Amino acid sequence: MIRAAAAAVALCALAAAPLWIPGGYYLNILSQILIYAIFALGLNLLVGYAGLVSLGHAGLFGVACYAVAWLVAAGAGQLVAALGALAVLLATTAAFAVLSLRSAGIGFLMITLAIGQILWGMAYRWIDLTGGDNGINLAARPQPFGISLAFATPFYYFTLIVFLVALASVAVFIASPLGASLKGTRDQPRRMSALGYNVWLIRFLAFLFSGLWSGVAGLLFCYYNQFVSPNVLSLGSSAEALLMVISGGSGTLLGPIAGAALVVVMKNVASAYIERWNFLLGAIFVAIVLFMPEGLVPGSARLGRRLWLRLRGVPAAGGAR
Amino acid sequence: MNQWLLLGVNSITLGGLLFLLSAGFSLIFGLMRIPNLTHGSFFMLGAYIGVSFLGLGLGFWAAALLAAAAMAVIGGGIERLLLRRLAGQELAQVLVTLGLSFMIADLCLMIWGGDPISLDTPAGLSGAVPIASIVFPAYRLAIVVIAVVIAVALWLMLERTRLGAMIRAGVDDAPMARVVGIRVSRLFTLIFCLGAGIAGFAGVMGGPILSVYPGLDADMLPLALIIVILGGTGSLLGALLGSIVVGFLYNFGQVLFPEIAYIILFLPMLLILLFRPQGLFGRHAP
Repeated sequence: MIRAAAAAVALCALAAAPLWIPGGYYLNILSQILIYAIFALGLNLLVGYAGLVSLGHAGLFGVACYAVAWLVAAGAGQLVAALGALAVLLATTAAFAVLSLRSAGIGFLMITLAIGQILWGMAYRWIDLTGGDNGINLAARPQPFGISLAFATPFYYFTLIVFLVALASVAVFIASPLGASLKGTRDQPRRMSALGYNVWLIRFLAFLFSGLWSGVAGLLFCYYNQFVSPNVLSLGSSAEALLMVISGGSGTLLGPIAGAALVVVMKNVASAYIERWNFLLGAIFVAIVLFMPEGLVPGSARLGRRLWLRLRGVPAAGGAR
Repeated sequence: MNQWLLLGVNSITLGGLLFLLSAGFSLIFGLMRIPNLTHGSFFMLGAYIGVSFLGLGLGFWAAALLAAAAMAVIGGGIERLLLRRLAGQELAQVLVTLGLSFMIADLCLMIWGGDPISLDTPAGLSGAVPIASIVFPAYRLAIVVIAVVIAVALWLMLERTRLGAMIRAGVDDAPMARVVGIRVSRLFTLIFCLGAGIAGFAGVMGGPILSVYPGLDADMLPLALIIVILGGTGSLLGALLGSIVVGFLYNFGQVLFPEIAYIILFLPMLLILLFRPQGLFGRHAP
């Protein structure tokens, strides 16, 4: 009941955002948060629910980004370009998944890192195709049903709708039998295999779904910036997305959204005051992994509770854990 | 003809540098089962520290050795103070090394600025050596000689000393090594000191050829990753062979297929991952 009410309030706040948010600059930041939240939702399917940590997801995000920019620049219509980009994305994701799902754990991480670097290398060096360091410009944002997305408010609503679809689809996926078996392959892969589940296929489907939303986020990102450069596919971008997932709390539905908000706000706020965003990113990464591996929200709750107990003189109950 | 020969020499030189980078990376991976994602940063930070020592008026080799010592202390400190707290949680350890690599990269940018710094070739090696009517740059030959010396020293240490036997035992089966009384966690610190030290030394040595610039770490880390996947973790021979292969692929790829040189570099790694996941000389799949 309380959760339903909270969800309704959050939804109303998001829907009315252009009314209570002062100015296009902040609304654009909210759009950015939603775009990265979609990305983090997709990555979290693998990191949180499949237990497979990918360091190459910026590659998928970037492939969709490049594909749509390239198709539009080549003269395709916006709808054709978007559908074509999704087709390219799904093909890339399938190849990515087949290669990386040969192993799990550290091996998976290394293969995804390597494939991510290959995709980055293609974007950076294959100048005939990608324009190299100069990137590709996107002439205009699409006009779905004749509505122009050129301004902040319509673009925000467009992003919000896609975000809500992503959130709903991920929620349905996780609650479905397939989602339950995915969690099973995370916790007990051998037992799942012995029970007759096709562990590889379950992981493969999760990977495709994860890649799909990462790529959709990439599409929106391309529309948002109307520009794509190799930096989008860099290891730093993959690490940033991973930070969103684990800072908010991996394996929870809303954690990655909180994480995306945290990272985007910090990036924008911090870069107004200090130049050293990457240092801060690394430091937060290290601090979260060391001190609150379960994520910022549950982690600070736990630390706060322990501090409260200590202040009241109760011996720490969780010390043995 | 001469041009190809020179390209070959350059490839072997790069291979030598890459061996110094990847030997430590491979030993850390073999022993601790984690890819140390700060290894490229060790290379870059070592080079920058070397730049500062050179600025103090020290000679090239003194600066290189001091940079190696500084990196050994930093590497050991990272293992002791951060990774030790996450013993057994390999994924968390990898993420910490990733976070550290961002911090080190930004710190270097803050201290040494964004402009590439080229180190002067050490006095006495700036000339060329004629061998059989072909002229080789002396400094590149020196790098190859030093890499070979360090490779032999590492091999002797691993194969002929008690410490080396303990490290090999740890690579093969860390829990069993613990049972027979080897303090494997002490080996972890030691191998981190050693790996970081050699990587820092290689950074300074590479300075006159590669120069030092922001992003050098991100250029070197994937190369180390490829080499170790090719050669197998914890294997010196594998690191050596992988380094030479990557040295050749890198240089010849750049000349023959500049647009897709990067893909050519990663292809053999993908093939190895698909058909021989433990690497050419490795004992465990990653």
